[in-house]
This record gives sequence, C-alpha cells and structure tokens, in this order.
Amino acid sequence: MIQLPGLGTLLMASVKRDLLLAFRNRGDIANPAIFFLSVLVFVPLGISPEAAVLAPIAPGMIWILALLATLLSLDRLFKGDFEDGSLEQMAISGQPLYWLVMVKALVHWLITGLPLTLLAPLLGVMMALPDAGFGPLIASLLLGSGSLSLVGSIGAALTVALRRGGLLLSLIIMPLYVPVLIFGTGAVRNAIEGFAFSGQLAVLGAYFTGALLLAPLAAAGALRIGLNQ
Amino acid sequence: MNWQWFHRWSSPRWFYEKTGPWLPWLATAAVLMLLIGSAWGLCFAPIHSQQGNSYRIIYIHVPASFLALAGYYVMAISGAIGLIWRIKLSFMVMKAAAPLGAVLTFISLVTGAIWGKPTWGAWWVWDARITSMLVLFFLYLGMIALQEAYENQESADKTSAILALVGMINVPIIYKSVDWWFTLHQPATLKLTGNSSIHPSMAYPLIWMIVSFYLTYAWLLLERVRLEILQREKRTRWVQELVNLAT
Repeated sequence: MIQLPGLGTLLMASVKRDLLLAFRNRGDIANPAIFFLSVLVFVPLGISPEAAVLAPIAPGMIWILALLATLLSLDRLFKGDFEDGSLEQMAISGQPLYWLVMVKALVHWLITGLPLTLLAPLLGVMMALPDAGFGPLIASLLLGSGSLSLVGSIGAALTVALRRGGLLLSLIIMPLYVPVLIFGTGAVRNAIEGFAFSGQLAVLGAYFTGALLLAPLAAAGALRIGLNQ
Repeated sequence: MNWQWFHRWSSPRWFYEKTGPWLPWLATAAVLMLLIGSAWGLCFAPIHSQQGNSYRIIYIHVPASFLALAGYYVMAISGAIGLIWRIKLSFMVMKAAAPLGAVLTFISLVTGAIWGKPTWGAWWVWDARITSMLVLFFLYLGMIALQEAYENQESADKTSAILALVGMINVPIIYKSVDWWFTLHQPATLKLTGNSSIHPSMAYPLIWMIVSFYLTYAWLLLERVRLEILQREKRTRWVQELVNLAT
C-alpha cells in the first residue's frame, strides 16, 4: 500500500509550488506593485501637487490604492489551478481544502500584501504623509492586507468557475472590505493627529483573526461547488 | 417530534398548491393596510413642529429601511437552511428575496435623499446610517449578480447562499465600523430627528405602516417564490397540467 503524504508535507509542498509558480510568472508579483505606484501618480496630477492638499488625503489614498491593487490580483488566485485541473487533484487528495485555501491566501499575501506594505512608506513620502503616520501606516497595512487576502479568497472561490468573474468579484468583495478600510485609515489618521491608535490596530487584528478562522471555511465550500459544476 | 410537516412544506409542489388560496387574502390585507396607513400618515397625522409636512416621508422611509435590513436576514437564513438541509424551496426563497431587498434599500435611500433636502439642505450626506444602507445595497447587488452569473442553477444557489452567509456575519461588523467612523470624523452636527421621542399621534401610523410593509413584503415574496417554482419545475407533469388547465 502506498503511504500518502501527511498534511504538513502537503502544505509545505504547496507553499513551495505556489511561490515557485509566482516567481516563474514575475508579472503576477510585479503587477499589483506597479499598479499601486502608477495610480498614485494620478493623484497629484488630478487633484493638486501641493503638500498641504496631499497630506490630509494621504492615509486614505494609500489605503484605497492598496485595496484596489489587492482586488485586481485576486482574480487569478484559484483560476490557474482550476483551469489545469490541479485544484481538482487537491480536492480529492483527502486533505482538508480548508488548509489548502489557507496556504493559497498566505502565498497571495506574500506576493501582494507584503510588497505593498513595504512600498507604502515610499508612497507616503511622495504623498507628503506627516512623519507620525509612517509607523501606523505600515502596521495597519501589515495587519489589514492579511484580511484583504483572506476575505478576497472567498470572492475568488465564489467566482472560480465563471469565465469572466473579475468585475463580479470586485462587486461582491468591496462591501466586505469596508471595515478594513475604515480602521486602517483611522489608525493612520489618529496617529497624525496625535491620538492613540492602538484601538484601531486591535480591531484590525480582531478582523484578521475572524477572517483567518472563517474565510477559508467559506472559500473551501465555494471551491467544492465550483468543482462540482 | 413529528417532522412530516417540514418535509411536506419543503416540497415545491405542495408549497405551490397550499399557498395558492392565501394569496387573495394576503394581497387584499396588504393593499388595504397600505392605503389606510398612507392616508393616515400623509393626511391625518399632525404636522411636525419643526419640520412641517416634510417629516411625513418617514411613513415610507422608515418601514422600507426596516424591511431592507430584515430582508437580508430572510435571504441569508433561507440560504443557510438550503445549504444545511439541501432544500430547493429554501434556495428559491433566497433568490426571490434578493431583488425585493434591493428595491426596498433603494426606496429607503431615495426617500432619505428627498427628506434630506428640506431638512439638512443637501440631497446626500455621508452620515453613518446612509452609508451603511448604501453598502447594504451593494451587498444585495452582489447577490443578484452572482445569481445571474451562473448558468447552472444549483451552483448559482449554493454559491449565493455562501455569499449571503458571509454577508450576514459581516453586516453587523460593517454597521458598527461605519458608526464608529462617523462618530469619529463628524461629531453630531446633524441629527436624524431633533427630538428622539416621537409623539404617539405620529407613532401609531408609523407602526401601522411598518406592519403593512411587512405584510406587503410577505405577499410579494410569496408571489415571487411561486413564480420561481413554476419556472424551475416547468418540465414536471404537475406544472404542465396546471398550464394546460389554464389555457
């Protein structure tokens, strides 16, 4: 009898595989970051290059751009594996799909959420973000982008079997991102105005914990339906 | 416990045949109550001391907002029942509830804007409640769009049920966060009602209108579910016999 690999081996293997796939198609990693930077150029062009105008809108603008960049990259989260049949293999491997979704979300965060967070200070400088805002901006993006990837995985799973699911994905995920955006920008704004911001970070952390527990559950259910179609 | 009634009612055919006789009663009661309530609220309720006659729009606005929210739970709970017990009828209720809820949310937003113009001086204000209603509207639109996107009815039902459940967990979180956002950035310069305690002579027609909106909702939901049953069971013999009898 063949000894099937355990859950740990499988998870390690799929993290490696997904990272390898991402690095082979470098566009997947670069595109969200390039989008993030290039749209930022429109803000001074469209609104005003004055620091006095840019500084108050900087926290919100950077957060909105990070959210949109994440949203754009979500469409491909399960698509490739769905199309070439590897998702089906994972579903019948006997291992819980829950953990596989978790791994996918983790890798998605590593190749989009993390780079966006690391790029954010650069955008902060370009948007004349006050000094007090940088720390909270990075902290809130670090916590919040995890939730964006996890909640986004639900949308990606719900639309996986659809040929053109991209726009629909944005529509169904946008309302779910509202709390992350509110508390993410709230933390940065509070820090700039000199108030405490640990409360907002705590709420972001709580939302992340909830998403970590529940989002893979919903996404795994949705993937099964997509596969059965 | 005897679960026979439960299984019987979950059969689309049984449901269709048994609810048929209710319709005229439900429709008459709903329309009558709406007419009486509108007349009472719009013509006979006393004039508001500060807002004059413009406050009368609450007799449409408040019940519509109530039902818009309650409708989301009707939709999500029937989706959950459908997922857990694999009941097709329950999915049909979920599908029927989505456009109804979207329309009610839209009515609530529009009447709110009309009311806002004379009282606040602006059609649109980014107030917490208005913003969360707008988010709710998008949640409904997402449900309808997902339902339409799938050609396979079973996939459409199950995926939208999951979306409705995810939304149900998120609706309170979104409401709370929008509330918090509002209280932080705009200290209460505007109040929805100057005096929160409403006089009984204005409250009674309001309660009456809320009840009649609930009745109307039940009636319209029932009609939509029955249509959905006919649509989905059109290949079965009983529907074809029904159609043959009618023509």
